[in-house]
This record gives sequence, C-alpha cells and structure tokens, in this order.
Amino acid sequence: MKKHKISIGNIILYSVYVLIAAACIYPLLVVLGVSFTNESSISEYGFNVIPKMFSLDSYRYIIASKSTILRAYGVTIFVTVIGTVISTLVVALYAYPLSRKDFKYRKIFTFIAFFTMLFSGGTVAGYMVTTGVLHLKNSIWVLILPYVMNAWHVIVMRSFYTMSIPSAIIEAAQIDGANEYQIYFRIIMQLSLPGLATIALFSTLTYWNDWWLPLLYITDSKKYNLQYLLQSMISNIQNLTENSAQMGSANLLANVPKEGARMALCIIATAPILFVYPFFQKYFIQGLTVGSVKE
Amino acid sequence: MKKKNLAKDLKKNGPLLSMCIPGLIFFILFSYLPMFGIIIAFKQYRYDLGIWASPWNGLKNFEFMFSSPDAWIITRNTIAYNLLFIFGGLVLNVAMAIGLSEIRNKFFSKTMQTIVIMPHFLSYVIVSFLVLAFLHVENGLINRTILPLLGQEGIDWYSNPKYWPYILVIVNFWKTVGYGSVVYLAGIAGIDTSLYEAAKVDGANRWQQIRYITIPALVPLMIILTILNVGKIFNSDFGLFYQVPLNTGALYPTTNVISTYVYNMLMSAGTGSVGMASAAAFYQSVVGFILVMTTNLIVRKKSPENALF
Repeated sequence: MKKHKISIGNIILYSVYVLIAAACIYPLLVVLGVSFTNESSISEYGFNVIPKMFSLDSYRYIIASKSTILRAYGVTIFVTVIGTVISTLVVALYAYPLSRKDFKYRKIFTFIAFFTMLFSGGTVAGYMVTTGVLHLKNSIWVLILPYVMNAWHVIVMRSFYTMSIPSAIIEAAQIDGANEYQIYFRIIMQLSLPGLATIALFSTLTYWNDWWLPLLYITDSKKYNLQYLLQSMISNIQNLTENSAQMGSANLLANVPKEGARMALCIIATAPILFVYPFFQKYFIQGLTVGSVKE
Repeated sequence: MKKKNLAKDLKKNGPLLSMCIPGLIFFILFSYLPMFGIIIAFKQYRYDLGIWASPWNGLKNFEFMFSSPDAWIITRNTIAYNLLFIFGGLVLNVAMAIGLSEIRNKFFSKTMQTIVIMPHFLSYVIVSFLVLAFLHVENGLINRTILPLLGQEGIDWYSNPKYWPYILVIVNFWKTVGYGSVVYLAGIAGIDTSLYEAAKVDGANRWQQIRYITIPALVPLMIILTILNVGKIFNSDFGLFYQVPLNTGALYPTTNVISTYVYNMLMSAGTGSVGMASAAAFYQSVVGFILVMTTNLIVRKKSPENALF
C-alpha cells in the first residue's frame, strides 16, 4: 500500500535530481548546439542550445582541414593505446608481488610506491629531469612514459589480487611444479581480469584526457594531441579577438578557426569517452571503492 | 655460508623481484630523480649545465620569491580555495550520496548516478570550452541571452577578477561532486539494513533515519577523508585554475595559485623566473609533505585503520 503513495518528499527529491542532472548535461548541450550551426547564425544570435540555423559547416570545416586534426587524433589514439598497454602491464606486474605474503621484499616495494604519493619533486624538478636528464622534450614518448607508473593504481591492483586470489591456488600450482612466471601469466592474470580492466580504464582516461604533458614538453605542433590542440585553439582565438578588437574589425576572425568548428572539435574529442563510460562505470566505481580498502 | 643464503634467497624471491623491476625503473626515473632534483631550488639554474652542475646560490631564489607580492597572493588563493572546496565538497558529496540512496526507484537512481559523475570524465580543456560557451564576451549564453532578458549590460568576464572566485567554485563543484559522492554511496550501502528496519518499527520517519542512522554511520569516513584532503591543501587542481580562466593575466589576483604560478614562472623567459619557480615548487612540495605527515599522524591517533600508513 505504502509503496504507491506519492509523498511530497519524493516529488521534491526526484525534482531536485532532475534539476541536478540537467545542470550536469546542459553545458554540453550548448556546445553541441553551437557545433551544429554556422558562423553567421552565431554572430546574429550568439550561442544557443537549439541551433537557430542547423548546419554541418563546422564538421565539414574540420574534415576539410584534415591534416592537423587527424594528426592530433592519431597522436591521442597512439598514446592512449600504447600507454594503456604498457602502464597496465607494468602496474599489474609490480602490484602482484606486493600481494604475496611470502615475498620477502614486499614491505620495501610497497613503501617505494607509497612514498611517491606523499612527496613529489614538483613541477620544476620533474621538468628539469625529463628535459635535461632524459632528453624527452618533443618526443612522442614524453606523452606516455611519465604516466606509466602510478602508486594509486598499484594499490588498487594489489587490493584486487588480495581479494580475488586464494593463496591455496598458488600453493597448489607450486606443488604441481609451476614456476612464478607460469603461475602469474597462466593463472593469476586470468583470475584478476576485472582488476586489470579497472586500471586499464583509469589509464585510458588519463591518456585520452591529458593536456598537461604536452603543455610542459611539446612545442612541435606535429605532436600535439587532441586536448592540447583544442587548448592551443582557444588561446589562439583569445589573441585574435584581442587583436581584432584593437583594429576595430571582426573581419580577421571571419576565416580563422571558427567558433563552431572549435565547439565541434570539442564534441569530437569528448564523444568517445561519453559514449563509453556508462558501460564501464561499474569498474570506475569499483576501483574507487576497492582502492580505499586497506589491506 | 652467506653466499649460499643469498643464492637461496634469490631462487625463492628472484622471480617475484624481477616482476617489480620495470615498475621500479619508472618510479626512479619519474618520481625519485625529481625528488633529488628539488635541490635546484638552491641553485642558479643554467640550461647549459643542468641540475647537478649549475652553481649554488643559497637562499637567493627564496628571497626573490617571498619578497614578491605574488607569494602572499598565491598562498592565500591556494589555501582559501582549497578550504572552501574541502568543506563545501564534504557537505555536497554527502548530500548527493544520501539523496541518491533515498531514491527508491533503482533505474532512476542508477541513471542519475551515471549523469552526475559524467563531468568527472571531461578534461579541463573541455570544461574550459563549456565555461566559455556561457561566458564568451560576444556570443556567450550569459551575455547574449540571460543578461539582456534581465535588462543588464554584458560583462567582460575574462578581464574582471572579482567574478572568478564564484565561477571557479561553481565549476569545481560541478565537476567533482558527482564522483566525490561515490565513496559515500558505498559507505551507505555498507550500513546494516536492520538498523533502518528497527527505526521504522520505532516510528522514525525518513528524516530521522537519515539524521540518526545514515549520517552518524558516515561520520568516520567524513572525518578521515577531510583530514586527508587538508593534507593535500597545497596541491591545487592545476587544470581548474589554469584552463578554466584561459590563463588570463588580468585574472591572476583571484585565479593564481601555487601550481599555476610555478608553471607560468617556469615557462617565462624573465631573468630569475626559473629560480622563483623552483623556490615556489620546493615550498609547495615540502609544506605539502609536512601537512600530509601531520594529518596522517592525527588520523592514526583517532582511527589507525583509516590512516594512510
């Protein structure tokens, strides 16, 4: 009986959440709306959620100016795929011995990982080492290597091993004469697939959304990734607007990377993530909660 | 005798040890070398000489940095914003989690959760575009649609620092609250349901159940997460303060924090700016470390199982 009663409290609760959800999505809808209109409509009506004049100009512009954008897309995909594979493998391998109670050096290696969460050399020292000692400036690898190891991922992965692998399995395999590598690659990896998936997803998100490493280390525009290309477009437009304001003419802006095109690029850079994350949400949430469980 | 032990030890632990090696190399190159590189704060950095060979110059970098008016502004901004984010975030995260858990319709609550954590998956570059769509001086939604409706003049958002504390706070909560509620939602899921049933039998309404069961059950988690966040108070979210205001110089009085100051000084061509950047970075790392250690000590006293170490 009670279940069917619609209380005022429930109406308020549901309405509040509908409003919150709208607030979350609305900004994206504006960008989407702007990407589907043309420049003259923008200058006439400004940005709008529902385009006053529907147009695919922005997307045509992007496809036509293919070299820069396709290249940036290529950089992002390369870095994301290679980075995720390397990072997942290195993290998973590092975390496994830390989950083994019988590993003599467990404490030291746990501490080595853990200490990086407490203290860091900071931006300047990191920059000096990466450019001056490792000579990685303007190398494509500088977009990958600094994010390979991550103490937080190590801890999440270790928790997954501890939770999902009964030590009896390892002992049984040892009795059967399997060595540690065989045990790991044939048995453990299979059993910890959800854990691997979780950190692979964290890592994919990190690489795909990264603009920090190119901001620090990339000046060669051929190695811009999508996010950084977008960022550089926003600053270019800022400069252009300032210049054109000084010169008192908007003509300068008419042909250069247009408002709509930038918004369209924004959509293109985000769409893959937005389409995919709801399906993997479970893993992100699991990773977040697993990581906060202490051993 | 000793040799034999070592050989035995290696045979037993060697394979597991070898699995740690690749990760160890990455930690050394990208975490531990920079930790030693922090001595650069006490040197006059020369690009041709590198970290180790550059000449020492004592505390000069710190003197320059702390005597500039920036030192106070960036420290104030960093601490003030982070305190607001920590305590405002605490209230909003918990409220969001309790609200979601109170929604009885599973499909609705799952859909809501998916939507509210969405902003977490956007990079700050994308977020800066979303903000620009609202605040763009000529075409933005606010100047072009909302303010004219109210009969107001358009505002030049990107040259007026006074608006930015509000903008940054809103953007921060927009991006972080959904994801921040996940941990609390897990906490709520872990509460023994028999408590609620007993409360219902005693005639407690939903507010009373939240007030006397849910919130008290979350308090330990709230305390721990807050203390740990206070430990990270010197590390601002660089993207929020750099990307969202489009790194506009005119806005620095309210948008410059230690992290953005360090980056801008590092990239600046001015004389001594690298030195000031390294001094500020050192200040950030060391004070940050002391704060983390202190807060962890407090957590360990209060509830050892929640301490970081």
